[in-house]
Amino acid sequence: QDLSLPNGTPVDTSSPASSSSLLNRLQLDDDLDGETRDLFVTVDDPKKHVCTMETYITYRVTTKTTRAEFDLPEYSVRRRYQDFDWLRNKLEESQPTHLIPPLPEKFVVKGVVDRFSEEFVETRRKALDKFLKRITDHPVLSFNEHFNVFLTAKDLNAYKKQGLALLSKMGESVKYVTGGYKLRSRPMEFAAIGEYLDTFSLKLGTIDRIAQRIIKEQLEYLVELREYGPVYSTWGGLEVELSEPLEGVSACIGNCCTALEELSEDMTEDFLPVLREYILYSESMKNVLKKRDQVQAEYEAKLEAVALKKEDRPKVPTDVEKCQDRVECFNADLKADMERWQNNKRQDFRQLLMGMADKNIQYYEKCLTAWESIIPLLQDKPETK
Amino acid sequence: MEDCLAKKMEITVSEAEKRTGRNAMNMQETYTAYLIETRAVESQSEGQCAPVESLWRRYSEFELLRNYLSVTYPHIVVPPLPEKRADFVWHKLSADNMDPDFVERRRIGLENFLLRVASHPVLCQDKIFYSFLTQEGGWKEMVNETGFQLKADSRLKALNATFRVKNPDKRFTELKHYSDELQSVISHLLRVRARVADRLYGVYKVHGNYGRVFSEWSAIEKEMGDGLQSAGHHMDVYAASIDDILEEEEHYADQLKEYLFYAEALRAVCRKHELMQYDLEMAAQDLTSKKQQCEELATGTVRTFSLKGMTSKLFGQETPEQREAKVKVLEEQIQEGEEQLKSKNLEGRDFVKSAWADIERFKEQKNHDLKEALISYAVMQISMCKKGIQVWTNAKECFSKM
Repeated sequence: QDLSLPNGTPVDTSSPASSSSLLNRLQLDDDLDGETRDLFVTVDDPKKHVCTMETYITYRVTTKTTRAEFDLPEYSVRRRYQDFDWLRNKLEESQPTHLIPPLPEKFVVKGVVDRFSEEFVETRRKALDKFLKRITDHPVLSFNEHFNVFLTAKDLNAYKKQGLALLSKMGESVKYVTGGYKLRSRPMEFAAIGEYLDTFSLKLGTIDRIAQRIIKEQLEYLVELREYGPVYSTWGGLEVELSEPLEGVSACIGNCCTALEELSEDMTEDFLPVLREYILYSESMKNVLKKRDQVQAEYEAKLEAVALKKEDRPKVPTDVEKCQDRVECFNADLKADMERWQNNKRQDFRQLLMGMADKNIQYYEKCLTAWESIIPLLQDKPETK
Repeated sequence: MEDCLAKKMEITVSEAEKRTGRNAMNMQETYTAYLIETRAVESQSEGQCAPVESLWRRYSEFELLRNYLSVTYPHIVVPPLPEKRADFVWHKLSADNMDPDFVERRRIGLENFLLRVASHPVLCQDKIFYSFLTQEGGWKEMVNETGFQLKADSRLKALNATFRVKNPDKRFTELKHYSDELQSVISHLLRVRARVADRLYGVYKVHGNYGRVFSEWSAIEKEMGDGLQSAGHHMDVYAASIDDILEEEEHYADQLKEYLFYAEALRAVCRKHELMQYDLEMAAQDLTSKKQQCEELATGTVRTFSLKGMTSKLFGQETPEQREAKVKVLEEQIQEGEEQLKSKNLEGRDFVKSAWADIERFKEQKNHDLKEALISYAVMQISMCKKGIQVWTNAKECFSKM
């Protein structure tokens, strides 16, 4: 294949990293709709395992694919959180120029949460499912060898122990992590991304706090409502003609309590985790930006070193050339991923916020139905009974 | 049935004004005066509007009027006044008597009180009440001249009667029990409602913070910016809406409070019955003992142990003349006593009859009013839900444009 950039410059395809990123650049349509998609991954069916040493949860990971990289069209394996964590680390190592999606938090911060409760497990399952789907949708990450093994291997632990065997395949890419070079100044576009991410994660943090506060206030409101409703019932017990109307009001308030409980639960389980995910995403993205800075710094330092030697060389030494290559690839990968990320982020937040509005609408609709249904009861005249 | 005053006269408490003056101890005080406006309702054929008469009264004068009515018509469930001091407040409401919102709600409560009295078949005919509405000067003196304070039963006497009465009408005992329970349950309800209002206020207001952060966030976004910004505006609208919602709910609370205080009026009627019944029982007991004494003196036998009997045994018998004189006195007293007993009995029965008639009237009024109050409360809740749906639907639309 004679690959060249759109502007005609021939590209060095010897480095696997650059070829994958080239694939990236040539991809015209990042939005894979149902017809063009050839890989489907789902996380479901959480199960509790009780062993002598520990108790843990595994999830079923189902894969359906037509890709040649997979031996079979279908796979079904069981994985636990540590396996997802391992996968993410491997992806970060092997694809340092790309943005790796976040995992839900490893440890439960507030000791009150039960990590085996239905709600917690379901929240986690959704997040793990999202994690794998984001990788599936990525034109480069979805072809990653570790990802393939994660989806297919019967014994993942055996594979994990091999570890180093795969490094040789990836070659130079692991050595991307350079240290000790300081970048003079970040190029404007990446500086802008950095600033954006800073403000973005700050705002998300604020929204997280507001949402938590709202849930807290709602639960305190609920406590009072739970006392309020029954008082009407007690009063109804004292009365004759007013007995039914008062009971009706009491029942109505009870229904509103149930609706409110559902709203708070939904917000806790569906809204907050997604916010937190994006905050984690931003953090990992900022780290990738820093790595990019490192790569550029190394290149600039080496270039400077060569310039200082003041030798009459017809062309730039190969290792400096390789550095330049790395910088260009990194920049290209990162820019493409940022664009993809921005688009997905917009869709994710659109869905998230519409969902929040929806849940509130449903809450008010439930309450409205309850109150409207007792109006005829309240207006009922005893003679008509 | 003669038309009550309310039909013949328009009555409003239209204004409230802060005044300063000197009280009984010559110390400066601030109080609120209320303007009572009255106008005779002219028949349609005359086509003219009668002039509006007005005078100013302060809360203490209303209190005096009510005390007078309670004492003068003990068989009537006298309408209560709005609360003297702000109670059952939640944090946003002021407990200050000078607070304009409190004054406004009190103005409405006082108007309601006057209308209740004016539409009561018995109370509306009272001359003192009429003068209260129409005669500014000298009204206080007029009330005091009726000497109603002397007719008032002492608290101690009433308490004593409550404990010692043997055969009160069962209906009154049940009614007293009911009014105690009613007071208790409405107090509880009002307390919890205030806490509910407080919490609801918090929920709505926190949403206002979304407005600010969405605005800040929209500044760094290209495509999402507009949607976020306009959604934020709706969050501000949502947060602001709670003020009106809760203000309306205060009227509902006031309606409940009226019946909380009505419970006390009910109890007062029951207490009066117990007092009269106790009085009757004491009179009957006294009569019985006098009759017995008389019989003993006449026949010379001492049926039951009596101190008198003992002392006469110890200190010697009386002379027949002395005995005869005593018997005569007793016979007079017995006759008096029998007449008194008869009239007390009659009084008691009349009281029970007229009180019970008013209680039945009150029950119907209560059932009607409270049903209306519950309906208006449900309507308020429905309105609140609809507003909520509207706001979140608008916000959702903004989010969809992101």
